[in-house]
Amino acid sequence: MRWIWIDKFVEFESGSRAVAVKNVTLAEEHLHDHFPGFPMMPECLQIEAMAQTAGILVGEAKKFREKVILAKISKSAFFDFVRPGDTLRLEAKIDSITDEAASTSGTITRDGQMIAEITLMFSHIDRNIGGKVFPEENFVFTGMFESLLHAVQNDKEKAGQS
Amino acid sequence: MAVSREEILEQVQEVLVDALGVDDDEATPDATLMGDLGAESIDFLDIVFRLEKQFNIKIPREELFPAETLMNNQELVKDGKLTDKGLDELKTRMPHIDISEFEKDPDINKLADLFTVDVIVSYLESKLN
Repeated sequence: MRWIWIDKFVEFESGSRAVAVKNVTLAEEHLHDHFPGFPMMPECLQIEAMAQTAGILVGEAKKFREKVILAKISKSAFFDFVRPGDTLRLEAKIDSITDEAASTSGTITRDGQMIAEITLMFSHIDRNIGGKVFPEENFVFTGMFESLLHAVQNDKEKAGQS
Repeated sequence: MAVSREEILEQVQEVLVDALGVDDDEATPDATLMGDLGAESIDFLDIVFRLEKQFNIKIPREELFPAETLMNNQELVKDGKLTDKGLDELKTRMPHIDISEFEKDPDINKLADLFTVDVIVSYLESKLN
């Protein structure tokens, strides 16, 4: 993951579901242009947030051995604007996973209100049918995202101690 | 209990409408998945996943769509055509498909045209009953 577009995981059940949080802030420069006088989070970036939440869930399921690439947006539906100051809760679950690919379904909510429903497919590209060869190094899951997973693990441990 | 062909077709059409974003009147039995319905390689996996859910069965992808492994095997493909061995292999792997037309000119570019909505229905029919 070369850029991180979610703030933290709050729940993570290996191989099945994950919940992440994304805070939207006016400090994000693109909101100044999208749109002047009416800043709102672009829907494509809501999909990106879901792709990261679900993509890390899928990657972790195979212990990050696979290069997980977003292959298809099977479905996306949006029900309200997302504005600066909003806290989004992204919940993703794995519907199917095989050696070659995975499909996930997810919801984005804000204070319990449904904002979006997003269904995605991910490909494990080293197992692509075209037989293309990709670099050995896992350029999808670099060290950057690890802190995200550590944070949720730490929170879990703390909760267990108290 | 045996499931009728019509029931299977109806559910397959539902799956294709969702997976490929086509209208249900486009997903006719003789429509080809790639040519007529615009499916790409990832869509085949999507279709397999959805069929598994819909019918509550396990579908090895190789069984329903074995064309990819055939094409990558040099013994089975020569000068862009399936060899006799390749044709035999295709028949063994896809007993649910009629390849009599394809056999006359087994150009691998035309292999994709064999994958029709009807082929999925036939496959499921043999799998379910």
